[in-house]
Amino acid sequence: MAIHLTKDSKVLVQGMTGAEGMKHTRRMLAAGTDVVGGVNPRKAGRSVDFDDRTVPVFGTVREAVDTTGADVTVVFVPPQFTGAAVIEAADAGIGLAVVITEGVPVHDAVAFTAYAKARGTRIIGPNCPGLISPGQSNAGIIPADIAPQPGRIGLVSKSGTLTYQLMHELRDIGFSSAVGIGGDPVIGTSHIDCLAAFEADPDTELIVLIGEIGGDAEERAATYVSEQISKPVIAYIAGFTAPEGRTMGHAGAIVSGSTGTAQAKRAALEAAGVTVGSTPTETARLVRSLLAQ
Amino acid sequence: MDLYEYQARELFQQHGIPVPDAETVRTAREARAAAERLGGRAVIKAQVKTGGRGKAGGVKPAADPAAAELTARQILTMDIKGHRVHQVMVARPVAIEAECYVSYALDRAAGHFLAIASAEGGMDIEEVAATRPEAVARIPVDPGQGVTADKARDIAAAAGLPPATAPVLQRLWQVLTAEDALLVEVNPLVRTDDGDILALDGKITLDDNARFRQSRWGDDTDTHDDPLEAAAAGKGIGYLRLDGEVGIIGNGAGLVMSTLDVVAGCGARPANFLDIGGGASATVMADALSLVLADPKVRSVLVNVFGGITACDAVADGIVTALDTVRLTKPLVVRLDGNNAVRGRAILAERAHPLVQQATTMDGAARQAADLANDAAAV
Repeated sequence: MAIHLTKDSKVLVQGMTGAEGMKHTRRMLAAGTDVVGGVNPRKAGRSVDFDDRTVPVFGTVREAVDTTGADVTVVFVPPQFTGAAVIEAADAGIGLAVVITEGVPVHDAVAFTAYAKARGTRIIGPNCPGLISPGQSNAGIIPADIAPQPGRIGLVSKSGTLTYQLMHELRDIGFSSAVGIGGDPVIGTSHIDCLAAFEADPDTELIVLIGEIGGDAEERAATYVSEQISKPVIAYIAGFTAPEGRTMGHAGAIVSGSTGTAQAKRAALEAAGVTVGSTPTETARLVRSLLAQ
Repeated sequence: MDLYEYQARELFQQHGIPVPDAETVRTAREARAAAERLGGRAVIKAQVKTGGRGKAGGVKPAADPAAAELTARQILTMDIKGHRVHQVMVARPVAIEAECYVSYALDRAAGHFLAIASAEGGMDIEEVAATRPEAVARIPVDPGQGVTADKARDIAAAAGLPPATAPVLQRLWQVLTAEDALLVEVNPLVRTDDGDILALDGKITLDDNARFRQSRWGDDTDTHDDPLEAAAAGKGIGYLRLDGEVGIIGNGAGLVMSTLDVVAGCGARPANFLDIGGGASATVMADALSLVLADPKVRSVLVNVFGGITACDAVADGIVTALDTVRLTKPLVVRLDGNNAVRGRAILAERAHPLVQQATTMDGAARQAADLANDAAAV
């Protein structure tokens, strides 16, 4: 099964003909993703040859959907055009838009997440690595060869590289799906959304939740786990040594006062019965011992 | 990017929000002249990007231009919570009849902005919200609608603010949207004895991601008091100096923060946060290493890279380049995993620098770097 993305997903790439779009479309195809088209109004009607597949380029998302039946889009377009690209995808009835683009203005994210929600389009991101359902499909930039085999763990994370680290440590067990939701202040899909989907997914036995300082998404997720999740959840939080009130790379990772600190997040998760690892490796060990029981 | 009070005041003024007469100056002599122009009496306000400056003695009244000069001289030597005062605002005093609080702030969980308003302004709003939550109105703003005249009246009414504040609430929303701000706050918004509404003090945080369409912002006015942070900013590297002994370089904010935590868990203190970002080149890696080694407090350096998009051989090439240009005097522990890790490790093994050692796991690498720093301290 997996969540949000399966072997049946028909994937569009908005911004496919750009350098990043080309590189990652090739990787997505190699991971088994059914990439059915690219979108670029200036290159409509052409096609792009990848290793063993020719992918057509459409002028609009609507045209691509009508022709191919695409239900997922991966957005690589630059930040100044990201809002318009997502709104176009939502208008065309796309079910899932994975927004990889980094540097999207927050006011744009507020506008397009509200717009998409009203039209039933799920957004993942922006500023995220996307999601992968190993052995089925890969929508985004998570390197599929870190953990190529499907497995029993569902993973949801704010951080890209911590996703990779944990996938690497647990590659022998494997993942049903791994979702990088992004660390921006406003994102389309939360930890809670993924927890709910993993709870409902019969292939997922255990959930790994990775968070970091800033905001209160992890605290909310903790409450949700205690009320709604029956499957075991193991968490890891980064940022215990982050200095107060200073930004560490992510727009979302801002600590001010006591709320949003790593300590507060760990306390909330532990109070909800979630085991929290103190390092990524210890987190992997906790997952292992739980699954071995 | 946080703005100084005087910059927030300018934006308020541009959007038609009334503010008190004021001038911002860099010297005590200029403060005296400004006080003279403002009619003699003045309030001298330190310009720093941190809260609590009033309690720290950074805001003081002056009875005449001579007092303004004296007070400004004193405030211009202050350091408030690590922020040196380079400028003071000289403002005309206002006779206050009522003070309130208004802001628009992002509700991350809901994904939209909230109007936050209270009739109890002039003090710490977090304190008010914690002790008397009913005194603070929190009203969501529909992103599609914004703050209309009706909405502004609703917000004012919900918080018990004077109806005359509604136009300010509407214009403040204009500031938020037109300037791509993440936070606009007026505290206090006052009614004077004459019945005028004035924004007495304000905070604005702009969204750095919107810089491409906000050309008039110019460069970040933040002065980096730390020379290494200034050098890093010049090279476009995300670097924050801390005060420990283990220099840390990694890729991705999450992994770097995690590396700091793991090093701290091994009984050593991180000297910095440095994120080389995704897909970093050898040049970026070489710059990063030079930067971290330039910190005299650093006793060992840990490079922790998990190559997703980043290629570990490029990282290794960068380390080798840096070794050729910077004289390495401190031990360097490198952990490379993921994309092209085998090639990266081979490049470092071939270079065989006596001070460079490789580790196979993140925890092992952190342990080695922490031990090396602690050993160096014990010598």
